[in-house]
Amino acid sequence: MSRELGPAMSGASSLVKSLEAAGVEVMFGIPGGAILPAYDPIFDSSIRHILVRHEQGAGHAATGYAQATGRTGVCIATSGPGATNLVTPLADAAMDSVPLVAITGQVPSAAIGTDAFQEADIRGVTMPITKHNYLITDPADIPRAIAEAFHIASTGRPGPVLVDIAKDALQAMTNFTYPSKISLAGYKPQVEPEDQAIRDAAALIAQSTKPVLFVGGGVIKAEAHKELMRLAELTGAPVVTTLMARGAFPDSHRLHLGMPGMHGTVAAVTALQKSDLLITLGARFDDRVTGKLSSFAVNAKVIHADIDPAEIGKNRYADVAVIGDLKHIMKALIPAIQNEFKKSHPDLVPWWKQMGSLRATYPVGYTAPENGEIAPQYVIERISDISGPDSIYVAGVGQHQMWASQFVKFEKPRTWLNSGGLGTMGYAVPAAMGAKVGKPDKTVWAIDGDGCFQMTNQELVTCALNNIPIKIAIINNESLGMVRQWQTMFYEGRYSNTSLESKRVPDFVKLADAMGCAGLRCERTEDVDAVIKEAMSINDQPVVVDFRVFKDAMVWPMVAAGTSNDEIMIARGLAPDWDSQEL
Amino acid sequence: MSKHTLAVLVENSPGVLARVASLFSRRAYNIDSLAVGPTENPDISRMTIVLNLEGHVLDQVMAQLYKLVNVIAICEMPLETTIQRELLLVKVAPGAKRSEVLTLVRQFQAKIVDEDDDVLTIESTADSEIIEGLLSALTPFGIKELVQSGLVALERGTAALSDRTLSAQGISTEHDISRTQADYQN
Repeated sequence: MSRELGPAMSGASSLVKSLEAAGVEVMFGIPGGAILPAYDPIFDSSIRHILVRHEQGAGHAATGYAQATGRTGVCIATSGPGATNLVTPLADAAMDSVPLVAITGQVPSAAIGTDAFQEADIRGVTMPITKHNYLITDPADIPRAIAEAFHIASTGRPGPVLVDIAKDALQAMTNFTYPSKISLAGYKPQVEPEDQAIRDAAALIAQSTKPVLFVGGGVIKAEAHKELMRLAELTGAPVVTTLMARGAFPDSHRLHLGMPGMHGTVAAVTALQKSDLLITLGARFDDRVTGKLSSFAVNAKVIHADIDPAEIGKNRYADVAVIGDLKHIMKALIPAIQNEFKKSHPDLVPWWKQMGSLRATYPVGYTAPENGEIAPQYVIERISDISGPDSIYVAGVGQHQMWASQFVKFEKPRTWLNSGGLGTMGYAVPAAMGAKVGKPDKTVWAIDGDGCFQMTNQELVTCALNNIPIKIAIINNESLGMVRQWQTMFYEGRYSNTSLESKRVPDFVKLADAMGCAGLRCERTEDVDAVIKEAMSINDQPVVVDFRVFKDAMVWPMVAAGTSNDEIMIARGLAPDWDSQEL
Repeated sequence: MSKHTLAVLVENSPGVLARVASLFSRRAYNIDSLAVGPTENPDISRMTIVLNLEGHVLDQVMAQLYKLVNVIAICEMPLETTIQRELLLVKVAPGAKRSEVLTLVRQFQAKIVDEDDDVLTIESTADSEIIEGLLSALTPFGIKELVQSGLVALERGTAALSDRTLSAQGISTEHDISRTQADYQN
């Protein structure tokens, strides 16, 4: 079959045409030597290019955009340091299964391997932290590589794909033809589950008297929250949502027990521990959820439904593996369960009596600091109440992230963005920027720590100049709070290098002002609501609020790293009163 | 038994060996040997990987391998149903015991491929057990140097891995990949 030659143009134009053909509406990046040829056609393109201040910001912004919209995020950088600055966001996106395409310039092909100026083997560097990657040296390969990159990034288990393009391939003339179909011999994600697996899963569910719907981030990726609601209502089983799944199921729902894991609720952690059947939906048995693996849910059988077959049995043996897209899986599972329920319907009343009692006895809570300073949890709780469940909440990593996951009341999917797997401090500001670009009509709150904020706040300049009015709540406890908490608990209070002194320097209000943002400060509990409302009223520029909070507040409950979930503590040295519970 | 031999069909594309090696290193899977070479299809290379699995499950290793986009097919090659071969080149300096070495070479169906007054260079193509046997028999005579290839394996009989997974143009629609393998196609 002879292929018709498309119009003649440069490799760079072919790249931009390919990105347009892939449906890209926005990309985040910074030009530089090797990628420079691409920036010329970008100048004329319909694609909005947002000029960031650091490539890491471009990567996290693309991730925030992807997490908020479900579309594939795009970032672009030059060779060498431009490309290596994308390493953290790529690793972050790989851990959290975010569809991302990163375009990088590479030194001219003749110079590859000579340690040329701004040369880095970014394909080699990113091999273990991307779903796939390419090095393109022939301009004729550009459209196919871009088409494949978007296909791979957005299908199956989503993930980041990097396309590294040599400068001479961007400069050379080529003919542009965007492939109409993609055929990858080694990439065929299974969407439809096997009938037998569905029947086996339904049979186990019908027999279980202590089931838990163990919901992971995969449910959000698969846009399967409606199916989850139907499945939950049908089975009546308790639902727990992992850190990546907050919002997949409404917090206000009677079947919801909250978040499991290291800082999960007593009810959610205990439900998994005491269950006889984990109905696992797009979760990956992360160590922060399971605690000590050998003591995790020892009496439970496991149904593991996931699009990624390599997750099956990776950490926990699966009695029934259901491979496929979660939306399809749940659609198939619901009638299969209805069928089984005609034969026998398990009685979950005793199970709910236990779990309901735990939920009522141990809600997430906090005590007001005795010295009268603001409780960080209170700030987050008020932001959630005032801004409401339609807002998007983006967190950094640490105490403030855990408090946000506990105290924001999530009702809808794609309203909670955070760095779950990699735990990337500095994620919040650029990710919030990306989320706001993707969802300009939504209020976007970054709930950030004073440590995280100082890693990536340069992107506030980008926000100010590009009319991206995000809101930043700095939960300023003038320290690396989570590390400090561990030092309190496990290092006898020896606070080695965790004091940031950020109530002294920098002055966040002045910093905000210098970056073209509104800067507010809140130092008293009674002012919290008024300051939040003031921040809510400013929509023509980004807002930064310096909430100066009590520095010794700790995140509870907690399962210490490497210990069993059975050893959950509700406060320092305090276990739940198991004797009063009938478990 | 924690040793497994896998035949892996991969796209003949740059970096594919690095991807496989990087995966094994990152997930702490031990490779005993790895041999890679061209196949009857110029677009496809074939790797034969001998794994020493301690604490890892074969299914998990295969599933992780399948996640590499360039990996097209994986098949376990059990000893009973496959022909397995390694190549050994070894230099021995037998001194006065030259004739004893020549007898060993005949017994093991190996051959002398180079010789001078002091040194015999022996070639053997055989399965791992025979190669090991030959080497231990030669050790007392003084091994100066040796080089061994990775193991390669092919199914006995008419079965062909490439038939089940590929036609000359790409993926065959005539033969289904067995279900286990299809399950791992992600």
